[in-house]
Amino acid sequence: MISESGSPAPRNERPGDNGRGGSYVSRSDITEIPSARSHSGLAERLFHTVTGGAAWIVLIILLAVAYSMASGGALAFKTFGFGFITSTNWDVANGQFGALVAIYGTLVTSAIALLIAVPVSIGIALFLTEIAPVWSRQPIAIAIELLAAVPSIIYGMWGLFMFAPFMANNIEPWLNDHLGVLPLIGPLFTGPPIGIGMLTAGIVLGVMIIPFIASVARDVFNAVPPTLIESAVALGATRWERLWHVTLPYTRSAIVGAIFLGLGRALGETMAVTFVLGNAHDLSASLLMPSNSIAAAIANEFTEADTELYRSSLVALAFLLFIVTFIVLSLAKLMLARVERNLGRTN
Amino acid sequence: MNWVLFRRQLADRIAFLGAALATLFGLVFLFWILWTTFSNGVEALGPKLFTQMTPPPGADGGLLNALFGSAVMILVAIVVGTPIGLCAGTFLAEHGRNTRLAAAVRFVNDILLSAPSIVLGLFIYELIVVPMGHFSGFAGGLALALILIPVVVRTSDESLRLIPDRMREAAFALGLPRWKVSLQVLFNAAMSGIITGVLLGVARISGETAPLLFTALNNQFWSSDLNAPLANLPVVIFQYAMSPYKEWQSLAWAGALVLTVFVLALNLTVRLFARRRSFK
Repeated sequence: MISESGSPAPRNERPGDNGRGGSYVSRSDITEIPSARSHSGLAERLFHTVTGGAAWIVLIILLAVAYSMASGGALAFKTFGFGFITSTNWDVANGQFGALVAIYGTLVTSAIALLIAVPVSIGIALFLTEIAPVWSRQPIAIAIELLAAVPSIIYGMWGLFMFAPFMANNIEPWLNDHLGVLPLIGPLFTGPPIGIGMLTAGIVLGVMIIPFIASVARDVFNAVPPTLIESAVALGATRWERLWHVTLPYTRSAIVGAIFLGLGRALGETMAVTFVLGNAHDLSASLLMPSNSIAAAIANEFTEADTELYRSSLVALAFLLFIVTFIVLSLAKLMLARVERNLGRTN
Repeated sequence: MNWVLFRRQLADRIAFLGAALATLFGLVFLFWILWTTFSNGVEALGPKLFTQMTPPPGADGGLLNALFGSAVMILVAIVVGTPIGLCAGTFLAEHGRNTRLAAAVRFVNDILLSAPSIVLGLFIYELIVVPMGHFSGFAGGLALALILIPVVVRTSDESLRLIPDRMREAAFALGLPRWKVSLQVLFNAAMSGIITGVLLGVARISGETAPLLFTALNNQFWSSDLNAPLANLPVVIFQYAMSPYKEWQSLAWAGALVLTVFVLALNLTVRLFARRRSFK
């Protein structure tokens, strides 16, 4: 529609004429034209109100979710006080609800997920930016990102029917025999090799959050200024030394942000964990034992919650989860904001 | 050969072997998951899947009502979520680009993007299901809309901001008011980005299970009533997979295959399409 070359173009090139002359007309002068004003003023205001209102809706959603969880969980917080967080006693029949087991299960599975996902993701990012032949980088990157597109319920089914039996038959007996006999960490790895439990859930979560961390890591690795890399090369650094002494320190805050992003996902993940965690309300040291997580407890029990207090306790759990993920994701966002600005400049 | 150099080169080799293994680790899990879904799902795949209702335990059947219910709820989510998301994205990219409100909305939107979907489901339960007194397909659609909105906000904001300012200046120079500039010029230019965003959002909400558990619930029978519990694919898969009945489990796998193929195909198509036609 608007042609780049044509008769109007040369006219603009006359020095100090049209171009500067235009800037003396301010926008308010233009809207003074009566017909334009009366006709479009209303539409303009309407447009502004509607789009601005939609932006407010986004803010209101977040506040409304927080408020609704807080008010729904108020009964549980009032009844049990601080004990709601510190008690392990989840006794439906007697109306006693303590959230510690679910909180512990959420934290432990997320920690295992990070232990697996962080090194693997950085490895993938390194592979995609340094080692892989150039033609293969895009397909591999897309394949890794597809891990994030697979619905979580599919992870759950695969986890329950394939991965849990695999863990029970191949991994957990070995852990029992070799790590279970060690002092200190031994109790973590002793228990019946049933496949369902915190370790399995943690590994599944780890696989699920790999794409989130890996894609950020790959982007920031690619954005390291070439001069820094070249300087390291000129000093004779090996590729590993370049990563360890130049790339990682340079991209540290983005990597930490990406890790928090992955953590936020892991904490709130529901379906995959519900399948493989076993829904047990017992606190146990062993990672091989079934446990519970906040999200899994809500998913499993909410529709069966028959008393006001029971339902309120589950909503209170959701409130805790929401607050924790909000904090974690805020930190991630703050860490990444600075990098996004830098990336914007280098692109 | 000196010892220090040898050690440095060894560390280099080990690190790069590790990186290759890490990539292999990720790919193995992807193919393991896809293969599991495929091999289990193919057995139960057949025309009956798309023509019959979900069966009682021990009987034969299909997933017609669940597929229909899912489609209806996704449609509700698109109808509710796209306008809100697009308007908010337009505000962020145009009127409000450098305002404090825009900064706050972007921040909050990115958090909503990763917020636990089960909490959003509970929110809709408190907001809609409790006052209405019953579960409904409409509530399910709204819960999905809550997940769709941040995706649309983010992608429409980004694709509008990618449009060069000279296009806006040209439109203003023609005397167009802002709303016409947005609706008639900028939306056209950003259309492929906006559609990409909506489709990626649809791919995301198609597999969401947690927010539907307490909103749409499930329905064993054919229903097209948005004001009543509505069958939907993810919750049916969840219930059937967790059940002890062989027929139900195999239907769950078939559903899982349909869902996975749909989501991944949508994702791949959109990505390929978007790469060819982006401003970048």
